[in-house]
Amino acid sequence: MLKQRPFLIETLTAIGLIVAPFVLPHLGFAPNTVNRILVWGLFGLGFDILFGFTGLLSFGQSAFYGTGGFVAAYLLTRTGFSNVLGALVIGMVAAAATGYLIGLIALRRTGIYFAMITVAIAEVFFFVEFNPLSDFTGGENGLPGVPTPSFNLGFTTIHFTNGWSLYQFIALCYFIGVIIALRIVRSPVGAILSAIRDNPLRATAVGHNIHGYKLTAFVIAAAYAGFAGGLLGVLQAFMPPDAFTFDTSGQLVMQTAIGGRGTLFGPLVGAAVWLFLQDFLQAALGLGAAWKLVLGVVFVLLVCFLRGGIIGGLVDLYRLVSGKRERRDAETEEPEVADAKATQQPTPAPMQAKEVEHPAYTGPILKATGLTKRYGGLVANSDIDFSVDQGELRGIIGPNGAGKSTFFKMLTCEIAPTSGQIVFEGRDITGLKVTEVCQLGLTKSYQVNQLFTGLTVQQNLTIAALAELRGKFRLDLFRKLSDVKDLTEQVEHTLALVNLTRRADTPVAELAYGEKRRLEIGLALATSPRLLLLDEPLAGMSPRERIETVKLLKSIARGRTMIIIDHDMDSLFELVQRVTVLQEGKVLLDGTPEEIRTNAAVQEAYLGGVHGEIAA
Amino acid sequence: MISWPSLVSQLFNGLALGALLALISSGLTIIYGTLGVLNLAHGAMFMIGGYAGFVAYQYTESFILAVIAGSLFVMLLGIVMERVIIRHFYHRPHEDQLLVTFGLGICFVEIVRLIFSSQSQLVPPPAMFQGITNLGFMFYPTYRLAVVGIIAVALGALFIILYRTWLGMIVRAGIEDSVMVDSLGINVYRVFMVVFGIGAMAAGFAGIVNAPVVSLTPGIGDDILVQTFVVVVIGGVGSFPGAILGGLIAGEIISVTSMFNPGYAYVMLFAAMTLVLVVRPHGLLGVQGRE
Repeated sequence: MLKQRPFLIETLTAIGLIVAPFVLPHLGFAPNTVNRILVWGLFGLGFDILFGFTGLLSFGQSAFYGTGGFVAAYLLTRTGFSNVLGALVIGMVAAAATGYLIGLIALRRTGIYFAMITVAIAEVFFFVEFNPLSDFTGGENGLPGVPTPSFNLGFTTIHFTNGWSLYQFIALCYFIGVIIALRIVRSPVGAILSAIRDNPLRATAVGHNIHGYKLTAFVIAAAYAGFAGGLLGVLQAFMPPDAFTFDTSGQLVMQTAIGGRGTLFGPLVGAAVWLFLQDFLQAALGLGAAWKLVLGVVFVLLVCFLRGGIIGGLVDLYRLVSGKRERRDAETEEPEVADAKATQQPTPAPMQAKEVEHPAYTGPILKATGLTKRYGGLVANSDIDFSVDQGELRGIIGPNGAGKSTFFKMLTCEIAPTSGQIVFEGRDITGLKVTEVCQLGLTKSYQVNQLFTGLTVQQNLTIAALAELRGKFRLDLFRKLSDVKDLTEQVEHTLALVNLTRRADTPVAELAYGEKRRLEIGLALATSPRLLLLDEPLAGMSPRERIETVKLLKSIARGRTMIIIDHDMDSLFELVQRVTVLQEGKVLLDGTPEEIRTNAAVQEAYLGGVHGEIAA
Repeated sequence: MISWPSLVSQLFNGLALGALLALISSGLTIIYGTLGVLNLAHGAMFMIGGYAGFVAYQYTESFILAVIAGSLFVMLLGIVMERVIIRHFYHRPHEDQLLVTFGLGICFVEIVRLIFSSQSQLVPPPAMFQGITNLGFMFYPTYRLAVVGIIAVALGALFIILYRTWLGMIVRAGIEDSVMVDSLGINVYRVFMVVFGIGAMAAGFAGIVNAPVVSLTPGIGDDILVQTFVVVVIGGVGSFPGAILGGLIAGEIISVTSMFNPGYAYVMLFAAMTLVLVVRPHGLLGVQGRE
C-alpha cells in the first residue's frame, strides 16, 4: 500500500490534518487530546521504522523521548534561548547522538537480548534524570514554563499558543515527519531494512552491512523520539519527568501494535484509540483506574488475533472484498503452464558478472590450501587443497556427511576455518566477513532456501541487486528506489533469467517449491558474482524442474565461474567440466566426469564396493 | 568516609538482593531456555506471588501457609497462561511473544490494582525470624538473614529438579537442542507447561518471601523485571548457573553503589552489563548460538 500513485499518501495525510479540526470536535476529541495524539504519532513514526520495518522491538524509546524533551526544555527555560523550533531541533540532535551511542551497545545483540538491553537502558536514563542530573532536569518536578513557538515574519508575528492554534504547528511538524518517513521507507535503505526484518542472515550474505543499517534505523527512531519529546514539553508548557518512565516506552509499543506495525500510521491510530478510550472509559463509563486493564485486554486480544493491528485488519478486509476476484484469476493459471510458455521464449542473454578488479590477474580464481574445520573433536574438513580456474564449471560430489556444505561455508567466509588459507583472485580472503566476500564477487545459493519471505519476488531480487549497485553500506535515505542506476534492468534481467518474470509481484510465501529454488539462485545471481557457489541447486526438484534448472545453470555459467554441489550426478556430469569428490572431509579424487564415473574408489565411497557404473 | 560496619551490612543486603534476583532470574531463564519465550510478565508473577501470599496470610495468619499458597497460586497461573495463550505463540516471531507477555503483565498488574488498590500492603515476617540478630561484629535484621537461607534452599531444590531428575534432563536437553528433544518422541508440550509453571513459581516464591522485607504494591514487579534482565544478560541467557552468578553480581553492585549514591545504582549495573556485552557478548556463562 506504500507504493501506489506518487504523493497519494502525502496528499491524504495533508487533507486529513487540515480537516481534523473541523471533524474531530464533533467526535468528542478535545484539541489538547488531538495534539497529544499527534505527538505520540510523531514519536511512533520513528519507532515504526525501527520495529515495524526493521523488526527491532525496543522497549527503551523513552530514553530518547526524555532526552530530546529535556534538552529542548532546558534550553528554553533555563538558558534564555528563545527559539522554540531551534530548541526542538537541538533536542532532536541530542537524542539522535544518544541513540547512536546506545545503539552501539544495544545492537551488539538481536532478538530478546536487544529487547532486554533497551529496557535496562531506559531505566538507567530514568534514574539519571531523577538523581544525578536533577539540577538540570528539575528532578521529580520537571521543568515548568516551556514557551510555545512564535515566528516573526517581519510584517507580522505568528504565535501558536494553545488548543487549535498550537495544533497547526504540531500538525505541520507531523506532516513533515510523515514526508521524511515515507522517503526513508521508499529509499534503498528502507528496502534493506525490511530485508533485515525478514532474513538478516541472507541480507548479510548478499552483501549488506546490516549492523550499519540497524544502527541507522535506531538513530532515526531516536531522532523522531527526541523531537516528539520536545513537542510534549511545548504542548504541556511543562516538561514532565515521567516522559522517561518505562510506561512511556510501553505505551508506545502498545499503541504501535494496536494501530498496526509497519504502516507508519499505526502509532497515530493506536494513540487515538488509546487516548480516546482512556477519556471515554474514565469519564463516560466511570471506570476510574480500570481503564488500563481494559486497554491491556484489548491489546492482548489484538496481538493474539489481529497481528497487523487495526490498520492491518482494515487492509485485510479491503483485500478480502476487492481482491477476491483477482486472486481467483491468478489461481486458475497453473505454474506448470506458465513454465511451458516461458520455455518457448528465447533464452535471455547471459548476465554479466561484476567487472574484474585486477583484469591483469590470470591465475586460478579460487585457491584453497590446507583448509581444515574442526568442531570440538569432530573434523568436518581436513587439509583440503582446492583450486578452480577462471571460467571453469566445477562439480563437487560426495556422500552425505562428506563435509561439502561446511567446505562451501568456509569458502564464502560464513564460518572461519580452523586452519588453512583461501585466496580469491589472488587476494587472501581468509577471515573476511561474508558481506565483504560477497562484495568482492563471491557468493553462494543455499542448500535450504534463505529468502526474504515477507517480500515479493521482485523485492527479493532488488535487495540482492542493491548490494552490488550500492556497496555494503550507504546512507541514501532520501533517494527513490527507482532512481538507483541500473537497478530496474538488473532485477528484470535476473527475473527473466530465472524465469520468474510472471511471478514478479507474487509474495514469496505463495511460490511453488521449484520457483523458490529458482529465486534462491536468482538472489545469488543478482549480486553479479564472478564466482558463484551453488549448494544442491537441484535438491527436491521434480525431473521436469531439474531439466529447466540445468538449462538455467548453463545459461548463467557463461562469463562466470561456478562450483556446484549436487547429488544428481547425471545432471551434474552433464554440466561441469571437472568434478572433485569429497569423502569424510578430505578430497578423494579430482578429475573429469568420465574419470569419476569409472573410478573404483568413487564407486566404493558411494555404493560400498558394488561394481558397475554409478547410476543416479 | 566508608565505615566498615555499614559496608559489611551493605554486602549482606547485596547478598540478600542477589539471592532474590538469582531465584527470579533462574525462573525466567529456564523458561526462555526451554520454551524460547521471554516472559515479560515475569515481574508480574513476582508481584502476584506476594499478593497471593498476602491473602493467604490474612486468612491463616501462618507465614508458611502463605508461602505455599503464594507459590502454588503463581504456578497454577503460569500453567494456565501457558496453556491458554503462550502455547499459540511458539511458532510466532519473538516480537509477538514479547508483545503478548508484556500485555499480560500489564493486565495482571491492573487486576491486582483493581482488587487491592495502589496502597501498599504489609506482610509481617514470621514470628521466629522477627527482630535483630547480633552477628558479633554488627546487628542485622534476622529475617533478611533468613531470606538468604530460604532462597538458597529454593535454589538448591531447583538445582535438584534441573540436574537430578528426568524432567530436568529433558529441560537441559531442550535448552541445548529443542528440535532434537521433540523428535525423540517426548511430549514437549507437556514439559513446556510444567517448566512454565516451575519458572513462574520461582518468581512467585521469591515474591512472597520478599514481601516482609518491602511493602507490596502492584508495581513492585516492574523494577525487579528490569534487574532480572540485567542479571540474565550478565549471566547468559538460558544458563541456570549464569543466573545465580549474575544475580549475586547485580545484587552486590546495587547495594554497594546505593551506599554511596542510590541514584547511580542503575548506572553501575548498566555499566557492568555493557562491560559483559563487550567482553563476552553471550554472557559470563552463556552458550553461543542461543538468541
